[in-house]
Amino acid sequence: MSAEITPERIEKVYQRLDREAKEAAYNLNPDKSFTLGLVEGLLVNEGRYGYWACPCRLADGVREKDLDIICPCDYRDPDLDEYGACFCALYVSDDVRDGKQELTPVPERRPPGGPTAQAEEPEHDEELVGFTRSGMPVWRCKVCGYLCARPQPPLKCPICKVDKDRFERFA
Amino acid sequence: MVESRGSIPGAHQKHLVKFYGLSTCIWCRKTRQFLEDESVAFDFVYVDLLESDERESVKDEIRKWNPRVSFPTVVIDDAQCVIGFKADELKQVLGL
Ligand code: SF4
Repeated sequence: MSAEITPERIEKVYQRLDREAKEAAYNLNPDKSFTLGLVEGLLVNEGRYGYWACPCRLADGVREKDLDIICPCDYRDPDLDEYGACFCALYVSDDVRDGKQELTPVPERRPPGGPTAQAEEPEHDEELVGFTRSGMPVWRCKVCGYLCARPQPPLKCPICKVDKDRFERFA
Repeated sequence: MVESRGSIPGAHQKHLVKFYGLSTCIWCRKTRQFLEDESVAFDFVYVDLLESDERESVKDEIRKWNPRVSFPTVVIDDAQCVIGFKADELKQVLGL
């Protein structure tokens, strides 16, 4: 059984997320009780699935099928751009944080059932996959777009902290 | 522990209101709170708490109204659907 979800634990995770968000120029929703509720949802899902499935989406329970909705999800940045908030409004833009823009409901951007339910993406031709001149492969974080050239992707994205399996080969 | 299904009594019983939500979702919590505050009678289902067979059949039910099967989804009189926490739209549809 996973660790109990206490107010202290929620607060600690909140503090860490807040610090990491600020370091990478993102903002958590300043409505703290709202945000704590979402952190609680993330911890419930951690206990249930073993990873931080988005609290406002129905997870499948199989990590590979849920990869795109592990928080921060692949849709956070496009939604921040278009609506000033991610689907759950855990993350908000500067304007929403500062009250210059109203927080409105964000429509679901994820394709029904997630990307793995869709027709397989055509495989890139090997020629299209990038290498540096010295022969290093280039990796792209699907969440924040961070690029790096190294033999494998990093264990965690240094910008948005997502795990290695959220990286793709950059073409 | 949150129950996976149930009915909430209310003064407004004119409409058949079905609320589909997730137990971890704050927008679902707000939507449910709104319905309770407005004293709307409704049935609720938390889809994340259902066993897999039942979950699939409820997802099919939701898909008819909301192909993306996102939450919260509120279906009114098996005729109309409100997706997301939209208090104004709910007020209008429910005649509050
Ligand atoms: S970034 Fe927002 S929408 Fe995406 S998983 Fe996290 S809480 Fe959910």
